[in-house]
Amino acid sequence: MPDQLLFAMEVMLNGLMAGVMYALVALGFVLIYKASGIFNYAQGVLALFAALTLVGIQQGQVPFAHLINAVTGLHITHFGWTVPSALAILLTLGVMVALAIVIEKLVLKHLVNQPPIILFMATIGMAYFLEGFGDVMWGADIKKLDVGLPQGISETVESATDAMFGYGFFIDNLDIVATLVAVALVAALTIFSQYSKQGRALRAVADDHQAALSVGISLRFIWILVWSIAGFVALVAGIMWGSKSGVQFSLSLIALKALPVLMLGGFTSIPGAIVGGLIIGVGEKLFEFFAGPLIGGATENWFAYVLALVFLVFRPQGLFGEKIIERV
Amino acid sequence: MFYREAGDFKTSYREDSQTFPIKFDRLRFYAVLAVAYGVIPLLINDYWANAVFVPFLIYSIAAIGLNILVGYAGQVSLGTGGFMAVGAYACYKLMTAFPEVSIFVHVLIAGGITAAVGVLFGLPSLRIKGFYLAVATLAAQFFLVWLFNKVPWFYNYSASGQINAPDRTIFGVFVTGAQTSAMAKYMFCLVMLTLVAVVARNLTRGTVGRKWMAIRDMDIAAEIIGVNPLTTKITAFAVSSFFIGIAGALFFSVYLGAAEVGEAFGIQKSFLILFMVIIGGLGSIFGSFAGAAFLVLLPVLLKNLLVGTLGWPTDLAAHIELMIVGALIVIFLIAEPHGLAQLWRVAKEKLRLWPFPH
Repeated sequence: MPDQLLFAMEVMLNGLMAGVMYALVALGFVLIYKASGIFNYAQGVLALFAALTLVGIQQGQVPFAHLINAVTGLHITHFGWTVPSALAILLTLGVMVALAIVIEKLVLKHLVNQPPIILFMATIGMAYFLEGFGDVMWGADIKKLDVGLPQGISETVESATDAMFGYGFFIDNLDIVATLVAVALVAALTIFSQYSKQGRALRAVADDHQAALSVGISLRFIWILVWSIAGFVALVAGIMWGSKSGVQFSLSLIALKALPVLMLGGFTSIPGAIVGGLIIGVGEKLFEFFAGPLIGGATENWFAYVLALVFLVFRPQGLFGEKIIERV
Repeated sequence: MFYREAGDFKTSYREDSQTFPIKFDRLRFYAVLAVAYGVIPLLINDYWANAVFVPFLIYSIAAIGLNILVGYAGQVSLGTGGFMAVGAYACYKLMTAFPEVSIFVHVLIAGGITAAVGVLFGLPSLRIKGFYLAVATLAAQFFLVWLFNKVPWFYNYSASGQINAPDRTIFGVFVTGAQTSAMAKYMFCLVMLTLVAVVARNLTRGTVGRKWMAIRDMDIAAEIIGVNPLTTKITAFAVSSFFIGIAGALFFSVYLGAAEVGEAFGIQKSFLILFMVIIGGLGSIFGSFAGAAFLVLLPVLLKNLLVGTLGWPTDLAAHIELMIVGALIVIFLIAEPHGLAQLWRVAKEKLRLWPFPH
């Protein structure tokens, strides 16, 4: 096979893997949008906050150490113990659920029936707050996250493709794990929403708030539930992205990567988030590979948006979104 | 007692349709103008100009521009930073290419160029609505910033990739460059803001503004009663981008002096200006001023309090500032979703009845 084609195939595979990572973030958006009609800009910051908390608990950092030191003049940083990964993940999950409850009690409860733009702005406010809060709580330095996921280049893939094409593909082990986790996550979410009682309630709320209320479904409980699940998805995304590129502020910007995925897939569709993620991942990697060198590179920042924009002009509700019906 | 329509008889159509029909409002408006033009320029110094007044004036222009698009025409845009960058780079290219032309003209032309770019990115709004449109405008934001970073022609092939405002004068007084006095900066921005505000106010009162509002309230219904959605949406994008371009040009040439596109006109700027519009009040020119003032003053106050008074380290103060700004935005949205302009409206209603309770 010609080299160019092989390179393109490798780029495409890497694009698929990157797409899975985008889809992980996009999933959280879709869950919240479906259940409450809120476009949750804070999802990326939730992932950052989850990853920060995980690292902090794992390494036994003292929360708010910087603030305490500044006020009291002490010099404390760590408790001096480390927590095993599994326990740390569980504790972090607890923190995310607590956060969901706090968000519902303090913010969402008071904003029922406001226009969507106000809710959107409120989530941006929350994103600012959480960003500052996470930094104050755990410190703003770049942290390494290691929960025992395999790192580095997968040798199995390399040797297998080497035997097949005479050219070894470089695929990151972590990306393969991320793909498996994403598949498991989607399967679990689908089973949960199809077969459990709470899942059915969730779908009922997504369908029609008022009808759901009238048959005795507690809207507030559902909101807490869905924000907790979104927190869980954020934790998974935070672990994956954090293991890949370290836990730092730029992690919160993955939300911006997930937005074109959402546009493409439709705000209300879980399969849409996955397929959109894959299309965006492959599209931007291939575009960078073929056109990047001609026009100066670093096209990944905007290509996804332009692709989604052009796509939307032809199909305004996205790939799998519900058909928009407008009446006067 | 002194604030009411009763007894103030209008005898001509001109009087009847003036901007401030109540006498007290009119006097207050002239008083504000007199203070802004007559008192502040005499007292202003470099700190106040750079920290408070010049950013406030420039952000007010941008907020008015965005408010026309989001508040009056109902098209949510997150591309403000990118459009400001267009204004800034257009102004820079014009200033360096035609040094003999007045900067006043350059700023206006920069606004015009931004309007053209805005129309281009506004075209999809005919098909895409709501949050899909908001995300689609991010395409403009990221693409424009990338463009100004990657194409050296835009920054005249300078080694640093920055653009630097050359010295320019109006009536022999420096308004850009290092030798500019605080008063000149302030006055230049104030004149532009006054022009923009007057134009915006009158546009929104007239046919154009009513069409925008009809499209905002329900575009299909508006179309049925004969409002052309194409021209209406496009004019909203054009006018809004024109003002935002002026703000961008001033932000670069007068306020910053030197700018790097990703830093000065990034996505954060888009959010900041959208916050100004929301906190000030959607669909209100006064709200744009109020929102800009609030978000310019708040960080200055917090910084003075945390670093100056309490003596905390600056990085910690920056994080706490972020928390407080975020929390205040949420509190604000909960307490008064219609913004500062609504408080103003309520105050005026009360004033009308005062001193009686009902």
